[in-house]
Amino acid sequence: MDPNISLFGQMITFLIFVFVVMKFVWPPLMEAVEERRKKIADGLAAAERGQQDLAKAESRVEELITDARGQAAEILDQARARANEIIAEGKAEGQRERDRQLLAARAEIEQETNSAREELRNQVSAVALAGAEKILKREIDATSHEALLADMAQQI
Amino acid sequence: MASGADKQTPSEYVSHHLEHLSVGEGFYTVHVDTLFFTWLCGLLFLGVFWTAARRATADVPGKFQAFIELVVEFVDDSVKEGFHGPRGFIAPLALTIFMLVLFWNLLDIIPVDLIPIFAHDVLHLEYMRIVPSADVNATFSLSLTVFVLIIIYSFKGKGAKGYLQEWLFHPFGKFPLLVPFNILLNFVELLAKPLSLALRLFGNLYAAELIFMLIALLPFYLNWIPGSIWAVYHILVIPLQAFIFMTLTVVYLNLAYEKH
Repeated sequence: MDPNISLFGQMITFLIFVFVVMKFVWPPLMEAVEERRKKIADGLAAAERGQQDLAKAESRVEELITDARGQAAEILDQARARANEIIAEGKAEGQRERDRQLLAARAEIEQETNSAREELRNQVSAVALAGAEKILKREIDATSHEALLADMAQQI
Repeated sequence: MASGADKQTPSEYVSHHLEHLSVGEGFYTVHVDTLFFTWLCGLLFLGVFWTAARRATADVPGKFQAFIELVVEFVDDSVKEGFHGPRGFIAPLALTIFMLVLFWNLLDIIPVDLIPIFAHDVLHLEYMRIVPSADVNATFSLSLTVFVLIIIYSFKGKGAKGYLQEWLFHPFGKFPLLVPFNILLNFVELLAKPLSLALRLFGNLYAAELIFMLIALLPFYLNWIPGSIWAVYHILVIPLQAFIFMTLTVVYLNLAYEKH
């Protein structure tokens, strides 16, 4: 323990150090620390907000998906109904076409039948005429008995 | 006795080690070694922290900057807890005290003979004590500065009238007969603060230094055992003493500043 003038040298030294720290060291360091603290706080707040936005967006997406599902089901129902309709229409159309063709075929058959009958009649009358001619070779004249012959042909 | 001074007796060795490198006589002696190592520690501290302060940005800090900021924030929090007033001066003061005392005390970990031998054999300096906190001039320089600050902050915080009233009427009361006792107790209280601050630090470090010297007197093949044990224990003491000095300074200044 030998206190002496060194004490004052030490004190001055110490005061110089304190002054330098106060002027040049402390303020910039604290400023940086405070600024970073604020930055981090802002970042955390932004993250919080982002999370809220995300939750909101998710619920919106959920809503949209539900909507879309409903619409899709509706469209599907409509499509099914339309398909049934088309099938029914097709069936009806087919039915009509079939009837029409049947009718036409029948008419044709009828016509064919009639013409064949006519032909047959003519031929039979010719045959009958030929037969009668052979039987009544001499007495019967084709021209004079034509009316009779036509009548016979009609009756066949 | 690693110093190579084999002809010394143990008491000669210890007293040689306790001698300061000094110039001047009597009261006008200057402990050159204490002053030199105070400046060395101070410049080291200022250099490190100034570098960090110049580079300081609010971006992601590097490891170095993060470490320095850790220390600064630690001190700032301590001051915030202890001192309820403007911290523009108190906080840098506390940081300076903490780091300076810490660096001073850390010098005690350097093997006791290393730098004295270097000083003796290379620089031809007879004496060399490297731990400023084992020199009352260094510890009292801090505590007397704090003492002056206590008085300044008393005036600042309470005003001249309030401070005078505290001297006269505190702690026993306003009764006129009690005034002398009040003054006496306040006087003792005021003096006890710088004394206890300085002597606590000085005592711890002086004793530690002395014990390192006694350990160094053991044969070289033995002294590493108590040496390392004492050094490890001392590593606890070093920051603790720095922290105590800083915290008590803040507490004393708060007591001075706040109205009761």
